[in-house]
Parts: sequence; structure tokens; C-alpha cells
Amino acid sequence: MSTMIKNISRLLVHVMLLGTVLMVVGCASQPDSKNLQPPKHPAQQVLKDDVTYAIDVYDPLEGLNRNVYMFNYYFDEYFFLPIVHAYEFITPDYVEERISYFVDNVLEFGNFTNNLLQLKFKRSGIVLERFVINSTVGVAGFWDRASEFGIHKQPEDFGQTLGFYGVGDGPYLVLPVLGPSNLRNASGFIADSVLFNAVGPARWVDDEASSLIFTGVSAVDKRHRIPFRYYRSGSPFEYELVRQLYTKKQEMEIAK
Amino acid sequence: MVRRLLIVVGVCAWLVAAPLSSGYAYDYPFANRYIATVLGTPEEFAAKLPDSVPVQQDALVMFPQRQVPDVLWNLAELRYSYVLQEHEAPLMFLIAGTGASYRSAKMRLMQKVFYQQGYSVVSLTSPTHPNFIVAASCSGVPGVLGDDARDLYRVMDKIRNRLAQKAHFSRYYITGYSLGAAQAAFVAKLDEQEHKFDFSRVLMINPPVNLYNSVQILDAMLDDNIPGGLDNFNQFYTEVTDAFTKVYKNGDNVEFNDKFLYTAYKYYRAADVNIDRVKAVIGLDFRMSSGNMAFVSDVLTHAGYVVPVNAELGRNAHVTEYAKVLFRLTFLDYFNDILVPYFQQQKPEITVADLIANTSLKHIDSYLRNSDKLGMIGNEDDFILRPGEIDYLKQVFGERATIFPHGGHCGNMGYPDNVAAMVNFFKAADKE
Repeated sequence: MSTMIKNISRLLVHVMLLGTVLMVVGCASQPDSKNLQPPKHPAQQVLKDDVTYAIDVYDPLEGLNRNVYMFNYYFDEYFFLPIVHAYEFITPDYVEERISYFVDNVLEFGNFTNNLLQLKFKRSGIVLERFVINSTVGVAGFWDRASEFGIHKQPEDFGQTLGFYGVGDGPYLVLPVLGPSNLRNASGFIADSVLFNAVGPARWVDDEASSLIFTGVSAVDKRHRIPFRYYRSGSPFEYELVRQLYTKKQEMEIAK
Repeated sequence: MVRRLLIVVGVCAWLVAAPLSSGYAYDYPFANRYIATVLGTPEEFAAKLPDSVPVQQDALVMFPQRQVPDVLWNLAELRYSYVLQEHEAPLMFLIAGTGASYRSAKMRLMQKVFYQQGYSVVSLTSPTHPNFIVAASCSGVPGVLGDDARDLYRVMDKIRNRLAQKAHFSRYYITGYSLGAAQAAFVAKLDEQEHKFDFSRVLMINPPVNLYNSVQILDAMLDDNIPGGLDNFNQFYTEVTDAFTKVYKNGDNVEFNDKFLYTAYKYYRAADVNIDRVKAVIGLDFRMSSGNMAFVSDVLTHAGYVVPVNAELGRNAHVTEYAKVLFRLTFLDYFNDILVPYFQQQKPEITVADLIANTSLKHIDSYLRNSDKLGMIGNEDDFILRPGEIDYLKQVFGERATIFPHGGHCGNMGYPDNVAAMVNFFKAADKE
């Protein structure tokens, strides 16, 4: 029980730290609209109030978000990616793949609980089946034998569970390190972490060192698997594009 | 036994001879040119290429003195990639199409094709891409082919000098697709005076004949194919993404990756695909590229196009409104409102007709006709060409043109016959 309290309090500290970072980063610069020579195609003339623009997403914290987005770029560039590259350099592809499968297998816990919470019993059953197969035939999860047998992943998280029950997106958020999110999914992420630590795999193992190592390895493994790089799209409107695509993708995930 | 051997020999002979005879069957799978353009060549139909090649990435600064505006801060260094052979080998330069970067899907395809062929390869971002405009465009106003070629040439020379410390090059080749093809020809023409490379072969893949004509076709593809016009874009977007959601939800083990569009196509079956929507998607892609280009050019040259001349945009400025305005403006608007005024300011005597002529291959017509080192690959049904333009290309290149019956605009580049055509064009020069 003490481990659980420790884990939750550690999580709280992390969240508070995150909050402090957000405060410090401050607000985005807004172009000063006074004394500006109107361009040839001014927004006031071209845009219409009664038209819905696909690019618009509810983003009241945009100034903050843009700064966190930039923070993430620097964090990636000078801290996270060098670690990921070192990991990729010393680890043979074959081993990387084993680690990815291992991490995914441990994280099936979240897929299971969230499928269950959405009353998707058949899918929960499939997750359980995957976990049993991969933990045994797949040698502690290092191989994804279940997929080879045609038993595919059924990913769900608590953000999607909240969405399933009609909780709206809430404002768009760019989380430090983690990247694009929204209020619902950020809350969901915290809920998933609490569950994972309080009643999930971290609790079963009940060993702080192992949990910490797993957290570190899974973070590096996840970044290793995401090809996205900040500011590499070349678009001066990358922030808007990522926001729009993220929001649409979440809608699709909830519909699934 | 002997009979079987004869059959095998016969089949082999037929396979070799087939592409040479006029009536050979070309089985690239998508007959519709718009679908071909969007889906490209899915893996199951594509030429077999290595999964990965030992690519290195690097970046360079062409104009160290240039004050890059804050809002463009992350575009200040020109990124590129290269992959080197361990032994002395020809060096191939690849130029990307409109708005595409050095690591676009088609660039990665060509990189693998030519690396596998035994060449070292340098991949270059299109001069119309924001990164190139900020980091390597002398004027900051892309579109005039001669000027773009000079910018490219400078970059190529600098990269070659850097790589010369790591590898030996026996000769130089250059190729590009779409706009990059036209630029490759202009680079080759420039090299005839400068002689820094003396290219042995130059290949143009799906070039426009006249950029000015082609952009108008592409501009219209978005405007004309959104029911009710651009005011209704959001509804169009919702319908398209709803259709994708249905595939994602009901399809078997569907994931979002480069195969998703083809999965969706198979899900809805060819007969049910609305071609107007497909055209709109091509137009959308082009509109986004040209909007990015216009914004960067506007900010860099203080053109007062969509951004007020005296606005100071910080790193994290709110620029969403500009994106919305640019979505309503065409490449032609950019041409009229940024490109023409810029070049007329540089040279008051230059006319609009001169500038339009400078966006055309016809500007270097006699060079294209008379230089044997140039060749082209194209498609009979390429929709970026106006009626008669494919005939112009056939006439100019004669024997040096390989024209496939269908494939749209660059859709069939990964198809085995197309890859073979690319490789064979250069192979002939390897032995010279």
C-alpha cells in the first residue's frame, strides 16, 4: 500500500512540476494590430464570420501551447533524441523490436481496463487472450505471437473511455515532453497512470526499481517508435496542422 | 525437359523484348489518372527495393549574413540527405517536386533506386519548399526557372565539395520529378556555361512544359471540386474524414500509415470512389504547398501580400488567420502579387510575358532538342499538361522520351517498368 501512495504522490509532484514549467514559459506574442499597413489580401476582407474553418480548433491556451511546443522541440533535440539515438546505436534492431513488444505487452493492462470500462467485452476478451498468448508462447511478451495468429491489438485508453461516455475534448493542450493532447486525454493519461501504478503491473511487481526502469525504457521505446520530429514538416503552419490532425485522429479513435 | 527449357527461354525473351515493341501491355494498376496520382504505386505492385539504405542527414547555411525573420526561425538551415557508396561511383542529384522536401516518399523511392544501382545519391528539397526559400533562395521568390536553377546549382556545388572529403565521384547525374524535372534541365543548361559538374546524363520525370499553365490547372482542381465552393470546405473535409473513419472503424486491423489510402480505396471499391473528391484532394495538397511558399516569400521579402509589411511576427506568433487567407489564394495570385512585382522592381524593363516565358521549358527549347544527354519519362494522361503539351515533349525529345500510357502525375514512379526506365537511362552512360 505504501508503494501505491508513494507512486501517486510522485505523480502529483510531476504534475505540479509540469504546471510550473507552463507558468514560466508564458504567453505567445500576438501581432500588434495597431499602425499596421493593411496587406493586399487582409484577413478582414477575405474571411467570413459565418463560415466554419476546418483549421480552427478550440485552443484558448494557444500562446502557452505554442511555447510548450517549442520547449518540446528543444527537449527533444538536446535531451530526449540523443538518448533515443544512443539507444538505437547500441541496441540491435532485433533487440529493439523485442523491447517494443515487451513494453506493449505490459501496457495491455490499460487496453484491457479501458475496453472493459467501455463495455466492449469481446474486445476485452481479445486483449486478455493476447496477453496470455504473448506472455507464454511469446516468452514474457518479447514476441507478438498473437498478431501472427491474427489476434490484433485493441488499443483503448482512459481519454477514449471518457470520450466514449460523451466527455468533450476540452481545450487543446500541448503537454511538455508528451506533446499534443487535450484536457480530456491529459486527464485520461493521469487516470491510466494511477491505475497502472495502483492496481496494475506496477502493483503486481511491487518493486520501485523495476517500475522506474520500465517507465524509462517504455518512454525511450515509445519515442524511438514515433517518427515525428518537431518543425520538420517545413510548413510555417505546422502548429495548426498538428492540432487539426491530432483532433481529427482522436475523433476517429473514439468512434472506433 | 528441353521443351520446358524452351518455354522458359521464350518467356524470358518475351519479357526482354516486350517493352521495346509498341503494343506491349503496361499493367500499372490504376487506370484513372487522378486515383493513380493520389495512391501512387502500392507495395504489392511496386518494384522491389531495399527496406532501408544508409542515409545521412545534414544541413547547411547558404547566406550566413541573412537575417531570418523570427517566425521562420526553424527554417534557417537547409536540410538535405545523402547516401554514399564505399567505392568510387557516380554521384546522382535528385530534385523534389513542388513543395516537397528531400525526404518525401518519391525522393526516398528514387534514393533507393539509384543507390541500389551503385550510385551515391544527394537528395535536395524543392526550391518552392519553405526550407529552401529561407535558407537557399537568393531572391526569396521561387518560380522563375533560371533563378531557381542558379540557387540549386550553388547548393549542389557546396554539398559536392563537402562530400568530396568522404567519397570519390566518377561522374555526375541529375534527375527530378514534376517541377524538379524542369529545374534539373535548367541546372544542366547552366552547367553548360559553368562546367562545375559536366553532367553525363539528365533525366526529367513527369515535367510540366509550362509552370504557369500547370499551376492554373492545379489551382482550379481545389476551387472547382468542393461542392458549393471553398466556403463549404469544412463540410467537404468532414465528409472525407467521416468516410475514412468508417474504414478505420470497420476495416480489419486498419492502421494510419502510408498504406491507409490504398486500404480505404479497396474498402470502398473503385466504382464507388467519387473522382471529384479525389481531384479536390490533389488540389488541396497543391494549395497547401503554394500557401506555405507564398507565406514564406511574403514574410522574407516584405511583399505585403497577406502579412502587413511592417508586422513583426515573433517565433510563436498567432498565424492561423494568414493560413486561412492563403487557403483562398492561388499560385497565380502569388505570381501576380509577389513574383511579378519583385522581378519588375529588380529589372523595370521586364514584362509579365517575359516572366511567364521564364517558367517554361520552351525557354530552353533548342538545348532540350539538341543535347543528347537529356531524356524524359512521362505519362500520356498527365493532367498537369495542357492539351498538346505531351505532344510537344514527344517532339522535342523524340527517341529520348519514354511515355507510358497511364499513371497520372507521377503516380507510377514506383512501378517496375518505370523504375527500369529510370535505371536504364543512366546505365547507358555508366559505360561511356
